[in-house]
Parts: sequence; structure tokens; C-alpha cells
Amino acid sequence: MADFLLEIGLEEVPARMIAGAEAELGRRVNDLLTRERLLTSGAKLTTYSTPRRLAVLIEGVLASQADTKEQLTGPSWKVAFKDGKPTPAAEAFAKKAGVAVAALEKVSQAKGEYVGATVKRQGRKTVELLATELPKEVLGLYWAKNMYWRTGKPERFVRPVRWVVALLDSSIVLLEIAGIKAGNTSRGHRVLHGEKPVVIAKAANYAESLRAAKVVVDVAERRLAIRNALDAATRTVVGARWREDGPLIETVVHLTEWPTVVLGDFEPEYLALPEEVLVTVMRDHQKYFAVEGPEGRPNIAGKLLPHFLAVLNTQVDAEGEAIIRHGNARVLRARFKDARFFWDFDQKTLLTARVESLKHVTFQKELGSYHWKTEANLAVARKLAATVKAAGVLFDEAALLKAVELAKTDLTTELVKEFTELQGIIGGLYAKAQGLGDVVAQAIYAQYTPASTEDSIPKTVEGQLLGLADRAQTITAMFGIGNEPTGSKDPFALRRAANAIIKILAESGLPLALYTVLNTCDADTINKEQVAAFLRERLSFYLKDVRGFAYDVVSAVLAAGADDVRDAIARAEALTAARQSADFAAISAAFKRIKNILRQAEEKGFPLGSSKDVKLAPEAQQLANAAAALAPKVANLRQQHAYGEALALIATLRPVVDAFFDKVMVLDNDPAIRGAHLGLIDEVLRGFSGIADFSEIVTA
Amino acid sequence: MHSSQVLSKSKTAPLTFQELLFRLQSFWAERGCVLQQPYDVEVGAGTMAPETFLRVLGPKPYKVGYAQPSRRPADGRYGENPNRLFKHTQFQLILKPPPVNVQELYLESLEAMGIDLSQHDLKFEEDNWESPAIGAWGVGWQVMLDGLEITQFTYFQQCGGLELDPICAELTYGMERIAAFLQDKDSIYEIVWAVDPETGEAITYGDVRLPEELQFSVYNFEFADVDKLWEHFRLYEAEAQAMLTRASELFANENASAVEKRRFPLLATYELALKCSHLFNLLDARGAISVTERVGVIARIRNLAVGVAKVYALQQVT
Repeated sequence: MADFLLEIGLEEVPARMIAGAEAELGRRVNDLLTRERLLTSGAKLTTYSTPRRLAVLIEGVLASQADTKEQLTGPSWKVAFKDGKPTPAAEAFAKKAGVAVAALEKVSQAKGEYVGATVKRQGRKTVELLATELPKEVLGLYWAKNMYWRTGKPERFVRPVRWVVALLDSSIVLLEIAGIKAGNTSRGHRVLHGEKPVVIAKAANYAESLRAAKVVVDVAERRLAIRNALDAATRTVVGARWREDGPLIETVVHLTEWPTVVLGDFEPEYLALPEEVLVTVMRDHQKYFAVEGPEGRPNIAGKLLPHFLAVLNTQVDAEGEAIIRHGNARVLRARFKDARFFWDFDQKTLLTARVESLKHVTFQKELGSYHWKTEANLAVARKLAATVKAAGVLFDEAALLKAVELAKTDLTTELVKEFTELQGIIGGLYAKAQGLGDVVAQAIYAQYTPASTEDSIPKTVEGQLLGLADRAQTITAMFGIGNEPTGSKDPFALRRAANAIIKILAESGLPLALYTVLNTCDADTINKEQVAAFLRERLSFYLKDVRGFAYDVVSAVLAAGADDVRDAIARAEALTAARQSADFAAISAAFKRIKNILRQAEEKGFPLGSSKDVKLAPEAQQLANAAAALAPKVANLRQQHAYGEALALIATLRPVVDAFFDKVMVLDNDPAIRGAHLGLIDEVLRGFSGIADFSEIVTA
Repeated sequence: MHSSQVLSKSKTAPLTFQELLFRLQSFWAERGCVLQQPYDVEVGAGTMAPETFLRVLGPKPYKVGYAQPSRRPADGRYGENPNRLFKHTQFQLILKPPPVNVQELYLESLEAMGIDLSQHDLKFEEDNWESPAIGAWGVGWQVMLDGLEITQFTYFQQCGGLELDPICAELTYGMERIAAFLQDKDSIYEIVWAVDPETGEAITYGDVRLPEELQFSVYNFEFADVDKLWEHFRLYEAEAQAMLTRASELFANENASAVEKRRFPLLATYELALKCSHLFNLLDARGAISVTERVGVIARIRNLAVGVAKVYALQQVT
């Protein structure tokens, strides 16, 4: 039993790709060894990565595959041996099996006696197997962006492979990846260790050997070290804490091999800039953490303090730390200075004076400019406003329309040109600074939220309506020119836009159905059907992937109506609860049966009839009576959105439904009776499918 | 702030702007690079000079470095913004094919410029590069030194619309940034360009270049005549197109001799394309190119660049 280590040494891999690649490499190596029967039952897999390496260590690898025995059966004994002498048939079989004729055995079977041979197959040696199979696994890793580097372009990989370590305990596995022969020497930290080779004496020593070369190969250990170092550095500012930022932690974890942290300062005067701008500069442009005041300190709680935290990929003495702190502060100051310059410059032209210049900003070249887009959004917003106003929703219509009119004007500002990720937010901040009022400012500010299914929706009705109008207009207009998403291609992020519409409708309480929103947009009928189908598909995604409803519940609910988002959620909740009961499961099964029978009847051309002039069997009559009595009650509860109670009521039909199917031959030979039966079950189906199409429910 | 103490501690004065260039040039010359002079036609980046754009095409290995003044009219700020310039200096290096220790060599080049890496934080952060106007792209990094991007490091994959083999490494050092960083100047104009060894008198970047930044900003933003710029653009484009037409006829002609093909003035044709690119930048700075036009004009320049690259590849094998 041995330990196997593989380390792929690379030029710096993009931080965003490392975690996925590390996991995939671990999986591939593990699968290969499992497939080849090279793992012991207690084998343990550990993966490592830094910007310059991906590594896998497996403890519990066999030195070779176990030998196997196989029993082959050949021609009948009589054919193979005549008078105790082997015939050509025996010789041919022995040759095929790879054994001597003398080693052939007699095998007794039910049909008689045959020639047999026991073939021993020697297991392959692990080192040989890895040498041939492992390079393929490594080169098969998925990368979001690949490159060539060698002359003749023999392979593509994320970045050039510069060294490979492959060890089975302490012996080198002679494999070659991208022209690099594996050895037992790795490399340490570029600066702290330099170019001296790092010898890995045996596989199990990997992490420790590299630690001595100033590389922490364990990702979790680096993550913890960074968190601790951030804490420690922040403690030097009394009462301060660093602002938690999970994605930024992951980025710096994958940018460092030996992380340390330095705290720096900037001039407090820059705190006059909006926090959004300061944080964007620090986080997105410089990968710095922001520092804020603690909870419980009313004046500074959660507010930015004039410090930043930079995560370094090195360790320096006090002098070096002063140099690095100074350098980083210098860069940050220049960026803040730029941002302030842009802010001041932008104020010279008010948002209200920028509407006209939107004519020069292209929204989509076949559709028009952002000026066109603004006009189109206004038309949609006016109709939406009228609808919700009629339903009694209170909001400031003038402010909504002002917000829609100015929503895109920040695209012409210098600050948004510099920080494109802040579009909308900058517009909101400018609107506020220019005295356009909180309602207008907030609506503009939140127009691109929710940016994802986890993000929250705009807090104000005006913001919600702006968000709906903008996205609904974009989706219908894009479909109108054939830019709908196909497969994995969605260049205009229309799925994200539709997800946002669904989420706003689900969480806002606005009395708007999907089709109502759609109807406020310019679109011809065919296009509308297409968009409606698209929104319905997004609603299904939302119910399943965001809300976590079972797929059959979602299908059942949407089959009964997919227009009112909140109503669909309420029905899905009720159905999810109701399906637990045995009675309900039986009803679902019965409805499926009803549907099948009705389909058969239709195929055979059997018409639906009435039970008026027919004498029904008692069980059929009971079903008819029960259904007739229940239908108005269920309809009433449905009206009140009391879906749980309605479903419970429907479940009480079970005994009569069961009795009906037990005793009654639905497709009776008498056409009149048959028609009456069909009419009855059709009525039951239609009468009780308003909440959900129960036949979609999967029953055990 | 901590700076003054730190810098007063350092043993030697930081290198001047010109010394940084000397050091960088000597470093790469000692490693077998051809040192070229800057190209004498306006370019927006060192990549566009023929020593990069054309040399990266085809199979011949080549190593070259040059300090290329790079003109970006729209970036001009009349000499008033301490961090932005109309014309900045790129030290451009092409290693074709890249040696296996290209990153280590790069780090040594930083040390040659007086950067003590043990006292700084250095990171290679993903940054992929693409220039639609010349049909080129590559993958690589922005090299960050204490939070400042000092170099763009790219493995070229395609240029002039042609797949490259061998691949080459392109290192572009931003000289003004590096100098301001090392000299700890908050303004590019305060960078010490040269020091008179006898008098100790310093000549600053501002002394050398400020009037140029001011006057070119004025010209580029206020005086440049849009109609004439368009006219120049059309004339250069027409001549470049005519040359490319003749080139394609020549290279399609089986009876044409190798001598005839080799003497075809393709390098001159490329200069015409560069002129178009610069005129586009001027028009852009003047705000004379609408968003809708933009894509179209870039495509016209790309046509010329790709056309030149194609013929160049043919000419190389003649």
C-alpha cells in the first residue's frame, strides 16, 4: 500500500478557475484509480491548489492490480482429444487462451464434457498504468479559457505547464504531461523561496515540504490564515472591523501562496464620496477589504472608516511592510482622486439635461438608442401604472415616470464609464444629490435589482414598476428581432431579466399577472405567445430551483394556470402539503386514470353523454351526487384562495371514486351508459382541476 | 504618511526615467534581444508597431524590445491630470517563442530596474487581451506590484486574424507608472527624467513633455478639422486598399517571380493602415464618430490589418 502524489506546476492560473479545477482533478484521479482497481477500501483523497499548482494526494494505493483468473471453455472434449491425443482444435484453443496444451482441463457441463483452460492475468503495475492513463486525465481538465504555448501547438491548457511531480511513495512515476517529464522536485514561493528546487522526498511529505518553501498548499488553511490576519490587522484600529466579503476572500485565497495582510489608510476627505464608489474601487479594482465601524456605535456602526486591508502574497519585515502599505495607499489615493474628479465633473450636467444625449448611446443596433429605449420604457410604465392604480395600489406616479425618464441617463456620466458595474446606482446617487427626491432616486438606484435569484427586489413600488417595465420591454423587443435565448446562448441575459420579473411579481404584492405585464409591451400576437411561453418556463424554473417545489407539483400547478405568480406559489404550497395524505395520492392516481380513459374514448370516437336518461349503477350515481355536492364548495374555497381546504375537500372523494372504478365498467358496451360514464368522469376532471392538474402528480 | 521615512532609508536614489529604460534595454539586450528604436509612425500601442504586429506572424523565431511612444488622443487631459497622458511610453518586448523561464526572466528584469522584490508584493492576475481593430487576442496577466498594474503579460494566440505558431510572449511595461511608483511621485509630471551628473540638476517629465501634452490635447480635442481628418482617412484607406488589391493579384499569379513578390511594398502598405488607425483615434477624440459608426470604422481598419497580415504570411514563405 502506498501514497500517490501528483502535482501539476503551472504559471499563475486565473483565481476564478482554480477551485473547480482542483475538485475536477481529484475526481478524475480518484475515478481512474477506482476504475483500475488500485485503491484500498480505506483510501483517502486530498486535493491541494495554489495559483501555481494543482495537486492530489491519495493514501492507500496498491502497488499493482490484483492478478485475476478466468475460466475459458473450448470445444467438446471429444473433438479436442482423439485417443488421448490433442487434435488441431485443442491446439488452436490452447493458443487462443495462451496456455500449453498440457494445461488444458476437462470441464463437465450439463451438455457433456468440454475442454477448459484457466487463464491467469497478471495485474498491471500502478506505476505503468498511471504513466499511460494519467496524462490524459490531466489534459482533459475543463478550463473556461485555454491557450497554446508550445511550438507546433500540441496541446491547450489554462496556462503553460512548467513542472510535474508524480510520486508513488518515494519513487518517481515516469509520466509526461505537455512535454514535461515528472520528477520529485517542485517549486516554492517565487520570492520568499526563489528558484531553488524543492525536493519532495516522499508523497506523504508534500504539504510539509512546500510549507518549508513558503507555500501553503491547503486552500482551507490559507482561507483561515487570511481571515485571522484580517482580524489581527484590523485590531490595530480601535473598535473597527473588516467588512465581510465571501467572494473576495475566495479570490485572494486563490491569488496567494503565502498570504499576509497589511492595513493601510486613505485621507478621510474621500469618505465624502458615496460608499458604493469607495467599496467598488477597493473591492473590484484593488481587491482590498473595506474597514467599518462596529455594531453598537451609533455614529460609525457599519460606516466606512478611512482604512483598507490588502492581502499580500509575501511576508516582509517592518520596512517592507511600510513600503507595501505606502505603495498600495498611493494607488488607492489616485483612484479615489479620479473618482472624485468624475463625480464633480458629472455634476456640471444634470441628469435631466442628459436625456437628449442618450440618442448617442446604442441600446441595440437594430432597435435603437437608449433614448428610444427610454421612450419605450415610458410607454410600458404608463400602462403598468394605470393598471396598478386601478387596483388601488398607492404610489407616486409622477415620480415613477420621472425615474423611468432618467433611469438610463447615468450611462453618459464619466463615473459610470469608469465603473460600469455601478450603473443605476450612480444614477440614483446623482438623482438624490441633484434634488430629484428620494422616491425618484431610490427607483433609479434599484432598477437593476434583483441581479440574481438571491438578490432582493426594489423596496419601493416605483422601483418595482421601473424594473418590470424596463425588463418586459427589453424581452419583448429582443424576441421581436429574433434575439431570444437558445440553449446555453443568452447574450442579452434575457433569462436573468425574466427571472427578475418573476421574482418581483412573487415578492412585491403588486396585483399584476404575467400576461398583464406582457400586454403593456408592443408586440404582435405570435411574438407574445413566444414570450408568454418563455416567461412560463422561467416561472417553472423559479418554482423548482428557487422555491424548491417538486417538479411534478410544479407541472400540476402550472397546467392549471401560470399567469398569476403569487397564486401559483400558493397553489404549489397547498399541493405540496396535500400530497402527503394517502387519500390524496389515490385521488391523483384516479385522475390519471380518468385522463387515460377519456383519451382512449376520444381515439375510439366515443362521445361524451349525459346521465339524464340513463339508469346508472349505484356507485356511478354516488360519484355523480358527491361530485355535484362538492363542486360548488371547492369552487368557493378556490375563489377565496383557500387552496389547502379545497384540496382536503377533494381528497374526501376518494371512497366514492375508488368504489366507482372497482365496480363500474366505464367503457360499457351500451353506448348510452358509456356516454353517461364518460360525461361523468369528464365533469369530475374539469370540476376539480382548477388548482392543479392532479394527473401530473407522480404517485408511488 | 509613512513614505518619507521609508524613502529616506533607501540607500541609493531611485533611478531616473531614462535610467530605467537603459536598465531594461540592457537587461534584454544581454539576453539576446534585438533593440529596436521606436517606430516612427503614430501608434496607439507597442503591439501595433510592425516589430510586433508583423514579426509575430509566421514561423521565424524573433526577440525584440523597444520603447514605443503610444498615442491615445482621447486620453489627453491638457497636462492637468496627474495620472493620464495623451502619449505614454510602453517598453514592448516580444519573445518568440517564449522561453520556459519567461516569467523568471521577467522578474529579473524588474530587479534590474532596482525593484527589490523581497520588499514588495507581486501578483500575476488574470487579464486577457484583445484588439478587434487588428484581429489579435491573447491570454495572460496584469502584473500587480503593491496594487499597481506595472506590466501587461500576454501569450499571443492570434494576430491579424491568423492563428500563431509559434506562440509568442508579449511583455508591455508601463514606463511612466513604474517610474512614478519607484520615485514615489503622485504626478507623472514630477517624475525625474534625467539628472545632470555634474550639477545634480533634475529635469522632470513635465519639463520634457508638458507642452506636448497640453498642445496635443488642444489640437486633438479642439482644433483638428473633422472633415479633413475624414478625408485623410479615406485617402489612406483607399491607397492601402489599392495596394492590397495589387498584392492579392500578384500573389495569386502563378507566373509572378519570387523576386517580384519579395519586393512588393507590404511594409509601406501596413504604414497606410496605421495612419488610418491613428486618424480613427483622432476622430474619436473629436467626438466625430457615433456609436453606430464606430463598429463599422473599426471593421474597415481591421480589414486592412488582416489583409496585410495575410499577404505578409505569403511573402515570408516566398
